[in-house]
Amino acid sequence: MKPESVLTEKPPSIDCIRRQVADGTKTAQAFAEETYARIGAVDSRIHAYLALSRERALQQAKKIDAMAESGQTLPPLAGVPVGIKDVLSMQGVPATAGSKILAGYHPPYDATAVQRLEAAGAILLGKLNCDEFAMGSSNENSAYGPVRNPHALDRVPGGSSGGSAAAVAAGMAVGTLGTDTGGSIRQPASFCGVVGVLPTYGRVSRFGLIAFASSLDRIGPFANTVLDCATMLGVIAGHDDMDATSSALPVPDYAAEMARPVEGLRIGVPAEYFADGLDPEVRAAIEGGIEKLRGKGCTIHPISLPHTRYAIPTYYVLATAEASANLARFDGVRYGYRAEDANTLSAMYRRSRDGGFGAEVKRRILLGTYALSAGYYDAYYRKAQQVRRLLTEDFLNAFEQVDAIVTPTAPTPAFKLGEKTDDPVAMYLADIYTVTASLAGICGISVPCGYSSEGLPIGMQILGKHFNESTVFRVAQGVEQQGVMPVS
Amino acid sequence: MAEAAKVTAEDVRRVAELANLELDAGEEVRMLRDLNAILGHVAQLNELDTSSVEAMAQVTEILALPALPALETLRPDVIRPSLNRDIVLGGAPEAGSGFFKVPKVLER
Repeated sequence: MKPESVLTEKPPSIDCIRRQVADGTKTAQAFAEETYARIGAVDSRIHAYLALSRERALQQAKKIDAMAESGQTLPPLAGVPVGIKDVLSMQGVPATAGSKILAGYHPPYDATAVQRLEAAGAILLGKLNCDEFAMGSSNENSAYGPVRNPHALDRVPGGSSGGSAAAVAAGMAVGTLGTDTGGSIRQPASFCGVVGVLPTYGRVSRFGLIAFASSLDRIGPFANTVLDCATMLGVIAGHDDMDATSSALPVPDYAAEMARPVEGLRIGVPAEYFADGLDPEVRAAIEGGIEKLRGKGCTIHPISLPHTRYAIPTYYVLATAEASANLARFDGVRYGYRAEDANTLSAMYRRSRDGGFGAEVKRRILLGTYALSAGYYDAYYRKAQQVRRLLTEDFLNAFEQVDAIVTPTAPTPAFKLGEKTDDPVAMYLADIYTVTASLAGICGISVPCGYSSEGLPIGMQILGKHFNESTVFRVAQGVEQQGVMPVS
Repeated sequence: MAEAAKVTAEDVRRVAELANLELDAGEEVRMLRDLNAILGHVAQLNELDTSSVEAMAQVTEILALPALPALETLRPDVIRPSLNRDIVLGGAPEAGSGFFKVPKVLER
């Protein structure tokens, strides 16, 4: 028997919503209400949302409707119902980062990416469930309970941005923001059959993001189509005074650039991503996608990224080291949870952190602290930083020969809840194809590329040079199959 | 480089103390097992000779990009309004008289 699923039928595109709002066919308020009704009807089974910001959403919808009525030109995301991963700050709306330690925290400001979406007309529906502090590959590490995959409710949606991916797949948002530190946008996009973008490091401001690993963290969009993701990225990208690592490179007109055909593009296929451990159905789907690109006039080139097998250990040393420093700020003093039984300051710190953090977060803090501690710094942290350079050089060399690289996004389709929760190394290996691009700072996307025999989505990962999102979008659109749903 | 150093229960306690975490006995056993499993996997990095490789902290430093003016853009050092004190203190577990309140710092 096929497991129960909760999928949306024919979701509207961003452009279609904006046109309908502009010509008065349907109001922004109607789009907002309709999406809230959908959330009310199905989210008890998915658990994508942790908080709804209905008042703010409806106020914005009214504003957009007034603009439309007075005949003003509408901004690019006018009337588009959007959800925000709960690691991003929205003024006055609870932000938990999926952690008990931030219970009750209401940020006093908006993240830059959030503020830019709203300024572009988007309707912010609420905050989306995720693994605690974005640490996880299955969304099972949320202190508020897991998210279920809309394609099969006994499966995980991927992580850490599981709520962001599932909300789009189940029609509870037209677009969402997620974050990706080691694969946390691309892997859930693959598991939930939606499009998810990893922008180049520095392309999108991280101001207002609750930090996990600052040299790796990126904010990016999820949507049903590549074009919708490109539209959202065009809105959130660009320099921000509040993030010194945000790039001042001009943001291209992605829609115009991706309209160019893929013909003549050189596509690299790295042997290391098709080795043992790759599910045969995933392999077949990706090979089918590659043939599709060949059929559209791309040239296909076997390439090698020789250090790939070292990416997971490198990532787990560097990401946990940075996390151990970033998470030191959670001490029960300024916001969130405080243990009540402590009589001294030091006991209050320790007990608040012990009671506030979940097992995976503690595991990573301990690992990161260990890797940075006296006597182990050179053996672990410095060593991993050196290998990070080798991994990055692999990509820089490859991009001298090819315009984009295609791989599977994840080695398998979505796995079952509980399947990997007892084995951290097995869970970490779910990110085996995504962490390399994270370490190298390059851009990428996961785009739906087929289904397994059980009807589970399979995603293709497309990687591009730093700040070359346009090429990634072009190739992704070449692979994209619009309107394809699994055979039931 | 240390060859997949075995983490001991003593190490776990020391690191937990450094990280201001208080683990119960059950957690300590589980963390010991998990850290050794993860570090066993990390030991693969020893296969690589990196003696002549420079460490890389983040990506922008290695992109030789004259086209990246972003890296020169520090914002002007001017006074900007900061967050509203009452709103910020209102989010704290305990506050009063314009301060965050904590349990006593000096232990007798």
